[in-house]
Amino acid sequence: MLQFYLNDQLVRPTLRAGSTLLDYVRYHQHLTGTKIGCREGDCGACTMLVGELQPDGAVRYQSMTSCLTPLGNAHGRHIVTVEGISQPAGLTPVQEAIVAEGGTQCGFCTPGFVMSLTGHCLGGQATDEAGRAAIDGNICRCTGYKSLERATDRLTAQLLERDAAPERLAWLVEQGFVPAYFQQMPAQLAELRAETVADVAARTGGQLTEPNGTETTVASYLLGGGTDLLVQRADDVLAAEVQLLYGHADRCFIRETPDGRISLGAATTVEDLRGSELMQRRFPRLRQHLKLVSSTPIRNMATVAGNFVNASPIGDLTIFFLALDAELTLQDAAGRTRQLPLRELYRGYKQLNRQPDEQLVEISFRPPAAHEVFNFEKVSKRTHLDIASVNSAARLRVADGRIQEAHLSGGGVGPTPLYLRRTSAFLAGKDLNPDTLRAANEVAQQEISPIGDARGTEAYKRLLLRQLLFAHFLEHFPAQFALQELV
Amino acid sequence: MHNLDAAGHVRGESQYLDDIPVQRGTLHAAVYGSPLAHGKLLSLNLEAARRAPGVVRILTAQDIPGENQIGGIVPDEELLAGSHVHFQGMPVALVLAETEPQARAAVKLITADIEPLPIITDPREAQAKGELIVPPRTFRLGDPAAAWAECAHIIEGTAENGGQEHLYIETQGAYAYPTDGGGVRVHSSTQGPTAVQRHTARVLGTGMHKVEIDVTRLGGGFGGKEDQATTWGALAALGAFVTKKPVKLVLGRHDDLRMTGKRHPYTSDFKLGLSADLKLLAYEVTFYQNAGAAADLSPAVLERTLFHACNTYFIPNVRATAYSCRTHLPPNTAFRGFGGPQGMFVIESAIAKAADELGVLAWEIQRRNLLQDGQVFPYGQRVEDCNAELSWQAADQKFELKKWQAEVDAFNQQSPVRKRGLAVMPICFGISFTKTAMNQARALVHIYTDGSVGVSTGAVEMGQGVNTKMIQVAARTLGISPKRVRLETTNTTRVANTSPSAASATADLNGKAVEMACRELRTRLLRHAAEDLKMNYEGLEIQDEQVLAAGKPAETNWEKLVSTAYWKRVNLSENAHYATPDLWFDQTQEKGHPFAYHVYGTALVQATVDAMRGTYDVDAVRLVHDFGQSFTPGIDRGQIEGGLVQGLGWMTMEELIYNQDGRLLSNALSTYKVPDLYSVPKVLDVEFLETPGHPNAILRAKAVGEPPLMYGLGAYFAIRNAVRAFRPDVRPEFSAPFTPEKVLLNLYAARESAAAPAASQASGAEASVRN
Ligand SMILES: Cc1cc2nc3c(=O)[nH]c(=O)nc-3n(C[C@H](O)[C@H](O)[C@H](O)COP(=O)(O)OP(=O)(O)OC[C@H]3O[C@@H](n4cnc5c(N)ncnc54)[C@H](O)[C@@H]3O)c2cc1C
Ligand code: FES
Ligand code: FES
Repeated sequence: MLQFYLNDQLVRPTLRAGSTLLDYVRYHQHLTGTKIGCREGDCGACTMLVGELQPDGAVRYQSMTSCLTPLGNAHGRHIVTVEGISQPAGLTPVQEAIVAEGGTQCGFCTPGFVMSLTGHCLGGQATDEAGRAAIDGNICRCTGYKSLERATDRLTAQLLERDAAPERLAWLVEQGFVPAYFQQMPAQLAELRAETVADVAARTGGQLTEPNGTETTVASYLLGGGTDLLVQRADDVLAAEVQLLYGHADRCFIRETPDGRISLGAATTVEDLRGSELMQRRFPRLRQHLKLVSSTPIRNMATVAGNFVNASPIGDLTIFFLALDAELTLQDAAGRTRQLPLRELYRGYKQLNRQPDEQLVEISFRPPAAHEVFNFEKVSKRTHLDIASVNSAARLRVADGRIQEAHLSGGGVGPTPLYLRRTSAFLAGKDLNPDTLRAANEVAQQEISPIGDARGTEAYKRLLLRQLLFAHFLEHFPAQFALQELV
Repeated sequence: MHNLDAAGHVRGESQYLDDIPVQRGTLHAAVYGSPLAHGKLLSLNLEAARRAPGVVRILTAQDIPGENQIGGIVPDEELLAGSHVHFQGMPVALVLAETEPQARAAVKLITADIEPLPIITDPREAQAKGELIVPPRTFRLGDPAAAWAECAHIIEGTAENGGQEHLYIETQGAYAYPTDGGGVRVHSSTQGPTAVQRHTARVLGTGMHKVEIDVTRLGGGFGGKEDQATTWGALAALGAFVTKKPVKLVLGRHDDLRMTGKRHPYTSDFKLGLSADLKLLAYEVTFYQNAGAAADLSPAVLERTLFHACNTYFIPNVRATAYSCRTHLPPNTAFRGFGGPQGMFVIESAIAKAADELGVLAWEIQRRNLLQDGQVFPYGQRVEDCNAELSWQAADQKFELKKWQAEVDAFNQQSPVRKRGLAVMPICFGISFTKTAMNQARALVHIYTDGSVGVSTGAVEMGQGVNTKMIQVAARTLGISPKRVRLETTNTTRVANTSPSAASATADLNGKAVEMACRELRTRLLRHAAEDLKMNYEGLEIQDEQVLAAGKPAETNWEKLVSTAYWKRVNLSENAHYATPDLWFDQTQEKGHPFAYHVYGTALVQATVDAMRGTYDVDAVRLVHDFGQSFTPGIDRGQIEGGLVQGLGWMTMEELIYNQDGRLLSNALSTYKVPDLYSVPKVLDVEFLETPGHPNAILRAKAVGEPPLMYGLGAYFAIRNAVRAFRPDVRPEFSAPFTPEKVLLNLYAARESAAAPAASQASGAEASVRN
């Protein structure tokens, strides 16, 4: 049975697992503090906190956009809305900071900001930068954000005190950031987990029991974070049977294998990937690169597998891993597995080399070696929380002024995310100089077939791919040549 | 003082339309919008939708009991399409179902047989075909035709600006109930309750007295809910009227984006003449406004473009002509600045082009031509209390323009890939509704016997802080704590015949009415005190809830005073009416005194362009703004910051893309981008310019809603200057927004033809996006 804590109450919704958490909270629980601005994950007005029990017994709270959170993904967790953090009287320090700095005008975006910042106070680093990152998924049309920045910065000093306190949660409760019931949550979630081991087992194999499965199921969906599926077909998912993969222990891991490769569980979220020390060691600029992917709440939900299988031609992670020649493990309903290079997954626009019952379970790749460099580039109309006009990744091995090996990918320049096979092959073995790069661009221009759309004209995308190709080399070999020599 | 609504907002307790507890039996509505931008509606197939689960009724134009007409300025807009459709998304049918998902699902089952008719999306094409909303208008000053001969330099060109989606985070909506006696009560997310009331009455074929509109607050408006809220209010009311059940209609974001009008795109031709010493001598400009499919507020927006055609500069010879062109886009409408920004963009473009051609910095031209007292605006009003020079000089001194420019130049010298640009954006904005009759307001103030106070006005709270301002005015005037004062919802039965909350004038107009009502009440109470306590009326006042006689505490305080007054049968309620004095405008001459006063300011804007990727940052905006005597500095600063960032968005990333079929391609928040936290300037300095304010401004605090948006224009020119630092041979066309796409295309424009590449309007683009 689907059950979770909504603020301080244990709830057992009878809605389908593919309904949205937002609708359940607003229209079934009648908690109207959470707002709706877009239902597409793009505004943050619906932000809630989702708390999950960690192996160390603490609860980790992450912000998520509840408009895209399948109700099933709340199972066994602690869902917190603005009603669940407000004190009976007075304001929490987060609320106080926003009021004092004039960070609310029409107020419609405000509960979302309050939740994102409360999440930051519960678990974030005590820096201004981390505070701002916590609200990077919240759009405000009124304030121009400066007042919200001031409010955020004001909290940093308090959070330094938090870090000095012997017990973090107790301190937060004492200071009124969250009500006292938060202190019971670890125990309550542990109890819930014990009760629901059976359910967890059930969802590993199939779907969560549908409480009132009277309607005929029209389709069955594999559901990760829901950040693509619920944008594209929320109504279908609502009526369908769903198999929940999000947060599934067997599918969430990042580890180094004995052969020096890295293996990722398919349901690893983008934010967990970004936070991974192992990944950061192998990709020193990983945090900046993945900061360009959606927003904090979306990254908290979005899974790597979801990005691959959604097959968007500009999927950032797909582009990232194409240059790394990642290999996938797929498993069908009967439990049979097979390996497939990511480069062979795509056949045409949203056409996959994959059976409908095949689940992506694992992703494995060789990280860049010491003598290799890796770069990721993305340009979009708005730098953050936007889909790329064109993106590209490169893994390069250059020695003695010569390109030994090159692997480039390009997104937004064809019907599928592209591994730039011919360009990569062309570059291998060539001297690294402006002529080579210009010639490589000629090859790339033959390999791509962008179309004009809301993210740019064809001419722009072609030019942009050229620039990003150059950028890979200029970023890593700036001493070699200047931009002006290339163009 | 903080915004008094803020505590409710942060606790999630403030009530918006969709938060109103739903009455039993409520039907949920969804709108079927036209799939084509222009055509003859031959038939509608509603059968499948009627049979869909939960559907109760589907309403079309035939079900309208009154007149199918919601046009405000010009009666040219049907509520539901009758014989023709005029834009994609034009409401054709209203599905009423038991739940919202059911209503939405049923809409998908509706089909229409429409005979396609030619589609126009380009305003110049519309003008050439005579498709005008109203006859063109021309403002004239001096004799430009004669002045060209005196000009040392004549610059000609074209400037284009895109539209702008309001993107209030709360979408449009209304909730209507049938009321006793055959009327309707409508909760509406509108800036113009009276407009909703008037048009709903017309549609229902009943009197305005049977239609009550109530507004608590809006989750943002920005002009988008001034006229455009009427459709949804009237549709919900129609549903309630016909079915006798409550009907709720809240637009999903996609419907809101494609069905509602936006800021007007313009394309304009300019000709600017300068003397050898960079004085502006003559200016001719022709504006082609893309009005969309119906008049809406376009004629008024057009007029304001003309009023602001010269921005804050004095040009002795001017001819400005404007065409409001009918196209097949959703009817474009009010948006913060109301046509002013479009007019200013053209003169600033002309100056930038002159600077390019003459090899000077644009601000060398700007600063030589600022308005001075005693000059005259092209519309005949004399320039008085002018702060153009004052704000320029203050900005120059505080932010050291010359030094800053030198730093930018030095940076560019040593930085091959990243280039900086600096621009100055001075503004002058006229305050008042340009339709003189609209400059009136009323307030109803009740003092309850316990000393608490209820204030009703025609002002709608949408984040601009007008509630707080009204409470401040009432509390100050009565001499009591703001805690005693409550601002009531905006309701047409309490305050009638209101002007919309718009034109930056809401606080002035309604505030003056509140002040008058409270003064009258105070006088009445003090006269009562004088009589009751046998004191001399002269010298009586109320301060901090204490009655003072000649400065000394008298034997009564606010609570006692109110209570004793009640028992003496003193009237504790007051209704006041305010009309801004001295306003007039003669449209036959296009001359008059349309504005109560003007607001000035000067912003310096720096941007850095990454010439590798075509991306950019607006690094810093430092500005000096003429607030008059602000009594809510926190709120007013918020208006500056928010307005500025909206203006930056309009000039940089906010790109509305319609294809040739009139279909909106940037039709979701994933493709229409507004500024996020990371896109706002790292440095945003707002300096308060101390000025005496103006007697027509409430408590001498000048209106602050719209003017700051126009500082955002500076970003366009800063980016342009940065592009030219990389490519001095390129003269980028004037085409806002300056998206990263346009930056890159300009940076790498073919060397041989330095003319800028075509703008990115998706002429060839078919797919909305490939996600
Ligand atoms: C506001 C917003 C911003 C975004 N910004 C970006 C961005 O900047 N860059 C970017 O690349 N993407 C972006 N996305 C898209 C999206 O977040 C990513 O593609 C994400 O990785 C999808 O993962 P998910 O788990 O949410 O997928 P879901 O929606 O759960 O699933 C997507 C698809 O994958 C399938 N699927 C999921 N898991 C598996 C599995 N294990 N095996 C087989 N099939 C599976 C589902 O059936 C579905 O077809 C954005 C989305 C939103 C809403
Ligand atoms: S409603 Fe906009 S992100 Fe959820
Ligand atoms: S306060 Fe209005 S959207 Fe943020």
